[in-house]
Amino acid sequence: MFRTPLAYIVGAYEHPLRDAPETSVAQLHAEVALGALADAGLSKDDVDGFFCGPDAPGTGPLSLADYMNLNLRHVDTTNTSGSSYLIHVAHAVQAIAAGKCNVALITLAGRPRQQGKGKGSLKRADDPNQPDFQWEHPFGLQILGAYGMVAERHRHLYGTTAEQMGWVKVAASHHAQHNPHAMLRKVVTVEDVVTSPLVAGPLHRLDCCVVTDGGGALVVARPEIARSLKRPLVAVIGCGEAPMGQAGGYAEITNTAAQRSGAAAFAEAGITPADIQYASLYDSFTITAMLQIEDLGFCEKGQVGRFVMDGNLISGVGKLPFNTDGGGLCNNHPVNRGGMTKALEAVRQLRGEAHPAVQVPNCRLALANAIGGQLGVRHASSTLILERE
Amino acid sequence: MPFLNPAPTPTPDSEPFWQAANCGELLIKHCEGCGQAHWYPRPNCPFCASDRTVWRKASGRGTIQSHCHLRRVADPYVLAYVTLEEGPTMMTNIIDCDPDSLKIGDPVTVSFIPSADPDQRVPVFTVQV
Repeated sequence: MFRTPLAYIVGAYEHPLRDAPETSVAQLHAEVALGALADAGLSKDDVDGFFCGPDAPGTGPLSLADYMNLNLRHVDTTNTSGSSYLIHVAHAVQAIAAGKCNVALITLAGRPRQQGKGKGSLKRADDPNQPDFQWEHPFGLQILGAYGMVAERHRHLYGTTAEQMGWVKVAASHHAQHNPHAMLRKVVTVEDVVTSPLVAGPLHRLDCCVVTDGGGALVVARPEIARSLKRPLVAVIGCGEAPMGQAGGYAEITNTAAQRSGAAAFAEAGITPADIQYASLYDSFTITAMLQIEDLGFCEKGQVGRFVMDGNLISGVGKLPFNTDGGGLCNNHPVNRGGMTKALEAVRQLRGEAHPAVQVPNCRLALANAIGGQLGVRHASSTLILERE
Repeated sequence: MPFLNPAPTPTPDSEPFWQAANCGELLIKHCEGCGQAHWYPRPNCPFCASDRTVWRKASGRGTIQSHCHLRRVADPYVLAYVTLEEGPTMMTNIIDCDPDSLKIGDPVTVSFIPSADPDQRVPVFTVQV
């Protein structure tokens, strides 16, 4: 224990569906909320703080709070795309510490597969008032292109190879084979990755995450409440959040805001990357996870290609077990917003509730990191450091 | 039907840029407060916040900072960041090229092609030979 924790994650739940044609978006939110509350041993009437992103249908939190008939005194709809939900955890901790709420519920849910967004060519919303829109839209900016440019430049600067990127997917698939809910459970090889079709720049099809319906939820509570419950105690001991843009036209696109969010979280927790036993890393693409490994300080900048080789991310094999649920690459990437699932697997690891084949022995310190938005263009990183007491 | 880039949606402060593009000139914003050029253009300097920003004609030469061949779309294209001689890096396309032979650092030159709006051209780049 490095300092007295301000709040604990007491409930966590991942929706089992990856295709949800029969369930409304609001009902998916309600199901993950009730799942996380049941996991905690709490009821909806205990919730007095609610946190959600723009995947929540309606105006901010209002429709869902009404749908679930919550009685709230604190709401927060921070939106940094896929990294929102780890920021929600940080903001819930701050709100609890400030006395603004006692039990915070955070939900993410949606069904992009039912809404024609399953083909991996997600286009940004057309908002001409967005100040960057007229400078990017005419040239066909899309997620694949942004990440393809980042991967190409990392390859150019540091010699990162397609095979090295492939190792990230290989590790994720080794973990996903044990997850009965994972979208893709087949173990793949480096050769499978590098012989899958090229889709954008150096990115192969198997460098890309899945698109799934479903969602997840977390419950954060103040220490007295957490200690009164029957679940293992998972303390939030460090948080960091950082947005990053194009710096007036002078950004290095292979740098991520995880450099700053990670440094802030490690400083708050009073630990170093070497102390981390398990890491959940945002893996929209293999390169996304790789840049976080560098920028969070698990290896030197430019060295991640060598770092991830030979199963170094596989639990029980390598030095940095990552995404033991199969991650976004193989398991789940609900609503194209992968931050929530990163926290969920970190909580499972700390509770000792990951699949036995991937459970890190006596896991006490874990990190969850998310990147929201588009690397190289505009994104935000959020870092959580969690400790089991 | 040849592929046409989506038309830009100019804002009041960007009209001079898009009018110049139709005349074959690439304008960028320089700040008379701190001396820096920036991209994308804004009325206030993103470095010193001064409102003394002025349009200047760029040389139209730069180098590829990165590029990405979008292969799996109906009309494949190359998205790129080009670092201009004046300093800042802009998003654009590389056209009339062999996408597989493009290299980061390749020198490129601006050209202006029609967009989906027949009255508006957009700045793209070709590799210097």
